[in-house]
Amino acid sequence: MSRLSQALRGRDDTGPWTGAYAPYDLIKELCIAVGVIALLAVLLAVLFSSPDDKPSTIAQWSRQMPINFVTAAAKELDGTSPTAEYGPPYNHNGEGQHAAFLYPQKWLGVSHPINTANDFVIDPLRTVPNDPALQSAIAQYQAAPEKTQKAWGEAFAKPLEEYETALEEKKTPTTAVALSSTTGSVSVQASGAGPVPALMSGLLSLAKSGGLDGSLLTSRQFFQTDYTKPLLFMSDGGLLAERAEGQHLLGEQWGMMNETGSYPGQVWLWLYTLWYQVEPFKSSENADILVMLVMGALSLAFICIPLIPGVRDLPRLIPIHRLIWREHYRAGGPPPAA
Amino acid sequence: MSTTPTPTPHGSWTGRVREAAVSALPPEKLLPEGQPTYVASWIYVFGVASIASLVVIIVSGSILSLKGPAWWHYTGVGHFFNSVHLWAVELFFFVMVVHLWGKYWMAAWRGGRTRVWVTGAITFLVAVPTALTGYVSQQNFDAQWIATQAKDGLNSVGVGAFFNVTNFGQMYSYHVLLLPLAVVALVTAHVLLVRRHGVVPPFALESRPTGGPPEPVGEQPPPVGAVS
Repeated sequence: MSRLSQALRGRDDTGPWTGAYAPYDLIKELCIAVGVIALLAVLLAVLFSSPDDKPSTIAQWSRQMPINFVTAAAKELDGTSPTAEYGPPYNHNGEGQHAAFLYPQKWLGVSHPINTANDFVIDPLRTVPNDPALQSAIAQYQAAPEKTQKAWGEAFAKPLEEYETALEEKKTPTTAVALSSTTGSVSVQASGAGPVPALMSGLLSLAKSGGLDGSLLTSRQFFQTDYTKPLLFMSDGGLLAERAEGQHLLGEQWGMMNETGSYPGQVWLWLYTLWYQVEPFKSSENADILVMLVMGALSLAFICIPLIPGVRDLPRLIPIHRLIWREHYRAGGPPPAA
Repeated sequence: MSTTPTPTPHGSWTGRVREAAVSALPPEKLLPEGQPTYVASWIYVFGVASIASLVVIIVSGSILSLKGPAWWHYTGVGHFFNSVHLWAVELFFFVMVVHLWGKYWMAAWRGGRTRVWVTGAITFLVAVPTALTGYVSQQNFDAQWIATQAKDGLNSVGVGAFFNVTNFGQMYSYHVLLLPLAVVALVTAHVLLVRRHGVVPPFALESRPTGGPPEPVGEQPPPVGAVS
């Protein structure tokens, strides 16, 4: 045996069992276990059921939080939303996260291309029929140079961002943004915004009608199962986060290991979620990749425990095995042959 | 009286596979009717409880699959089976974690059983994304939120390029077929390895406990079908 092999194997004096055997019915044990576990699962199901909070839609979001919706949409149009600046796998507008020299997000490239201005705003608006003013606004926006588009977008988004910031800081919001209590429309006093107010007004109407939910599904074929676009658009707004906070699902509330209601959720993710609560991960811009790398290393170590000196020796040093095999030791049973 | 001639072995692939399988795991070793006397602790229950939980998960999940992913949202019976599925998953992870801790403190990789530990540990790690794909396939608010949060971790290491948690169709496929298949394959390999190597024996004590019965003299022959 080589030295490496010896080192990896460690101290192991475990030999074949030379003592007595007792009758043991494995199949009977399995059948009883299945019965008991099934009974337990049924009992828990009857007692506690399971959560099923209805999903949010863009239509709900635009009706319940129209200013928040228009703010998010304006950012999608001028390319300053989280999705617009995300980078791979959605676009090339950012490098994504990295750790030291590792840029896996960038290396794997853009696999689900999303242009937030076109996919979330312009293309859905093109589907609105019988609205020449809106189509004219789209044509004007698209004919303008990119620099002008950017200036229009920023001019429109600025008062909206001030409004949202004031709300977050519990200050009096700017009067440049107003919500009509009768029509539910949002008016934004923004000079130099070009056709953007008309585009946003059209998008808000489309969203309230439910049309935007359908438009954002990948439109290559009739049957749809990919919800990437509507989910990313909604996650750029405030409705999902507001609901999540109420259900203790935010990152600082131990995030996705929780579940809606008071259900245990994915408690097995506690270690993964733990890192997000502590420095340096908590405040890092690259928290996700750092946590994933730490968990990757820990997972590899977990698999390789039999090969890691120290960790593999603890069970011999800390005699919990005396508790597990107390009957055996009490009976003075024969040790395995060395 | 006529006799059927015994077929002459030709070294076929089938014959070689059969011989290798029977040699590695003869029937009496695969399904023994006895176990060493030290296999007498509540901790051993958690291994079989993990398999039992997996059985309940697969049965309840199959019923949900037969009726389609939306069924449980609008029928009481569907919601009941979804609840059974959920709680079976919670039980599965609970008993599996206890099983793993138990095996750690028993140092169950001793005696050439490293692969037994490795397959068990990988099963736990593969079970995590199996559950995650179930959570993001729920088609409710929980699924929306978990998908939008989980995407960042997966995207950061490049996994999001081919494993898109916001794509319901892809996640559902992973959840009902690909990942469960991997878990079942790993559990099968794990159980076969346990049967082949037997349950790990206790640590030999440095000093024998005093006052106990005397150590048996001589080797006791194992009963037919016992694990060696």
